[in-house]
Amino acid sequence: MARSDVQLMLDVKAGDDASFEFLLQKYRTPLVSFLFGMVRDAATAEDLAQEVFLRIYRARKHYSPSAKFTTWLFRIATNLALNSVRDNRHRKLEVSLDAPADDEDATPREVPGSEMRIDEHMVERDRSEFIRRVIGSLPEKQRVAVLLHKYEEMDYGEIARTLDCSESALKSLLFRAYETLRVQLAPLVANPIAHRSKQGRQS
Amino acid sequence: MKCKDVSKELIGYLDRRANSAERREVEEHLVVCAACRRRTEEFRELSSVLDQLPVREPSAGFDARVRERVAAEPPTKWFHWLIPQPRLLFSMALLVALGVWMARFPQDDPGAYRTTAPTEQEDFNAIKDLGVLENYDVVTKFDALSELISTPAQQTEPQRVERTRND
Repeated sequence: MARSDVQLMLDVKAGDDASFEFLLQKYRTPLVSFLFGMVRDAATAEDLAQEVFLRIYRARKHYSPSAKFTTWLFRIATNLALNSVRDNRHRKLEVSLDAPADDEDATPREVPGSEMRIDEHMVERDRSEFIRRVIGSLPEKQRVAVLLHKYEEMDYGEIARTLDCSESALKSLLFRAYETLRVQLAPLVANPIAHRSKQGRQS
Repeated sequence: MKCKDVSKELIGYLDRRANSAERREVEEHLVVCAACRRRTEEFRELSSVLDQLPVREPSAGFDARVRERVAAEPPTKWFHWLIPQPRLLFSMALLVALGVWMARFPQDDPGAYRTTAPTEQEDFNAIKDLGVLENYDVVTKFDALSELISTPAQQTEPQRVERTRND
């Protein structure tokens, strides 16, 4: 019979390193995927994922199964990701304040707002990158909620605990997030099949 | 159910996490509201667009780096629980300070909170003074002595009787 995550973690606490290896194999991809969605940089996502596993290992002696293992795991990951995003934003702000003001014609990094810029974007980048960018442009909490809800398939209670909010607040948060995505991804949402077939012909 | 209420339950309705009562309410609303019906359809399409995002796999060296960092961790000391945590240390210091502060106040009635039985020596001391206490009791209630102690009123009474006899 397969051991639950909590049981695996209790075994790690008891000194069984093989159980830690099992947890690593089970959650390495979801964790890296989630963190990549948060920070949009492969190297940073992997560094943060390593840090999450390391923190779990360090905390093994004090572990008590008060919540689901995944809630704990993604809570650590969320906190690290948000700190990284904020640090990065500060660094970017410092750079832009120090940089000469001659780059006004430079292409904006954020998600385009007009249809023409969306088209340009679609030419430049592939479909996945565009979706990632749109998700990445969501406010922090909405981004976490969408990534955990859509891609990690966590239930509302777990996501609410990860984000420290009520389930009712989470439902509103998710609705606002998906509403933004619906608008931002309108070119793909309006006719996804036609777009896919067009892409298929191009490739 | 109004459009505003439906919007809150719509995601749960689409991902099938809403309970049967919520689903029924949403469905009843969708029958009569074309705008929400359209939005529901758009959300459904959005969901299939988001499904196309591929999973991001970690790089080949990821596991090795995690193992490396875990192996570099110092071993947990068996006496780690003896090392006081800062919060615990602060709480203990606070308790000691409180105890010292309270000890400065004298106790009004030390016997009031006495819970232990009296010692043999204390019993002896109590019995030792019993004779004196009894003597005191006899002396204070001795009738003959009370006659010797005459009050001013008692002294004036025979003199008044003597005076009336002379008259």
